[in-house]
Amino acid sequence: MIRFDNVSKTYPKQPRPALHDVSLEVEKGEFVFLVGSSGSGKSTFLRLVLKEERPSLGNIFVAGKDLGRLSNWKVPALRRQVGTVFQDFRLLPNKTVYQNVAFALEVIGKPRGTIRKVVPEVLDLVGLGGKEDRMPGELSGGEQQRVAIARAFVNRPMILIADEPTGNLDPQNSVGIMKLLDRINRTGTTILMATHDQAIVDQMRKRVIELEQGRLVRDQSRGVYGYQH
Amino acid sequence: MRAQFVLSEIGVGLRRNLTMTIAVIVSVALSLTLAGAGLLLRVQVNEMKDFWYDRVEVSIFLCGKSDHGPGCEGGEVSNEQREGFRQELSRMALVEKTYYETKQEAFQHFKDQNKESPLSGSVTADQLPESFRVKLKDPTKYQVVASAFAGRPGVQSVQDQRKILEPFFKLLNNAQWAAIGVMGFMLLVAILLIVNTARVSAFSRRRETGIMRLVGASNLYIQLPFIMESAIAGLLGGALASGLLSTGFFFGVKKGLGQQFNAFELIGWGPVLATLPLLVVFGVLMSAIASFFTLLKYLKV
Repeated sequence: MIRFDNVSKTYPKQPRPALHDVSLEVEKGEFVFLVGSSGSGKSTFLRLVLKEERPSLGNIFVAGKDLGRLSNWKVPALRRQVGTVFQDFRLLPNKTVYQNVAFALEVIGKPRGTIRKVVPEVLDLVGLGGKEDRMPGELSGGEQQRVAIARAFVNRPMILIADEPTGNLDPQNSVGIMKLLDRINRTGTTILMATHDQAIVDQMRKRVIELEQGRLVRDQSRGVYGYQH
Repeated sequence: MRAQFVLSEIGVGLRRNLTMTIAVIVSVALSLTLAGAGLLLRVQVNEMKDFWYDRVEVSIFLCGKSDHGPGCEGGEVSNEQREGFRQELSRMALVEKTYYETKQEAFQHFKDQNKESPLSGSVTADQLPESFRVKLKDPTKYQVVASAFAGRPGVQSVQDQRKILEPFFKLLNNAQWAAIGVMGFMLLVAILLIVNTARVSAFSRRRETGIMRLVGASNLYIQLPFIMESAIAGLLGGALASGLLSTGFFFGVKKGLGQQFNAFELIGWGPVLATLPLLVVFGVLMSAIASFFTLLKYLKV
């Protein structure tokens, strides 16, 4: 589903590469934690998967496509296969919960009938049934992140990328979000989650990929968070 | 493409940027009004050129008794010389029509034109030159006739009436260039405003466009609301320019100049109405294209 072949990424005017010779493969349906301290290259890794950045060296394959050969106008099609969730939710504050989720479908030109059918379904899935008309500001952090997950998942992407989705949440809400991601993973969606949250990683016992200063230092199935601060 | 969605996005954008949008509309309107005025002035000048050049002639004045000068040393033009000129003119392919004006006729014209003047009493027919009035097929080829006749025995002078009109047309031509110049600056201001408005608009909706990119909206989908926003402002600017130009034409030309000015025909509503759609189309295209190129930079994938 995601394959990195000897990928390096050096940003202009930065002596040290953000990623250095990283090779790995994530299979369809896997749940993978990406761990490492700040500046270890996690964000660069995720941006490369989304083709927001190009690698300096190496090849990346996502959902069967060689990103190096993917022309710019096909990038939107790639991103429809990859849902994204962020630490800061990135909801539209002037739209309701329903509108926020529907927005993701409207802007890719889905017919209104489809939107009316699938948005309530996905809101039920994330546990927000009955809160369609709330504004994001009226919701707790955990609920806002559920809206963001609903938006990322409503188009049924093959891959869900989560960049520290529990970073702004208390432990209780974090557990709720992890349960939700686990449920989404069980539908066959590949999940790649960057995190600092040791408790969650240790509890979930999923595959752990650790980056340190841009290098892949650990790739362990059923791993734990590992390093200590 | 969901039309309703795009339309509602456009509405939101226009309202959010109301002051900038108004600035764009006004500057587009002013620059297009000038452009339209310049176009109409051009039509007017061309029509006047046609009108006058149709009427101008080359005059070959022949020597009279009291004339001095290079061609007139032999005194008054002789009959053979006059006949020679007449035949020569009739053989020239360039000449459309030749008309011979006698001293008596010249005297008559002079008296008609100077009825009120005290001068008319003191002038006699003998003092006025006889002449050939030559109408050319192509009025710009005056030089051919002039070089054929000027300075020959019996010819006092060759005069091109076109020369008299030239400074006038030059003035109009300069006015036209001045209009184009001012229009150019106005257009620059308008385009800068459009660019800036598109930029502000893109910036104020960067959250939306960011999400659109993330969920895989196509570039067209992301850009269309912004481009349509500019196009609508351009459309309104073009419409306003049309209104201004029509009003200006009505009060300035129809009610103003046209009432006192009879020397030549002023243009009618025809060319004005033909210009208006051009202004509107140009307003829309200019705005849409300017914002398209602005957004290329600001909404990269």
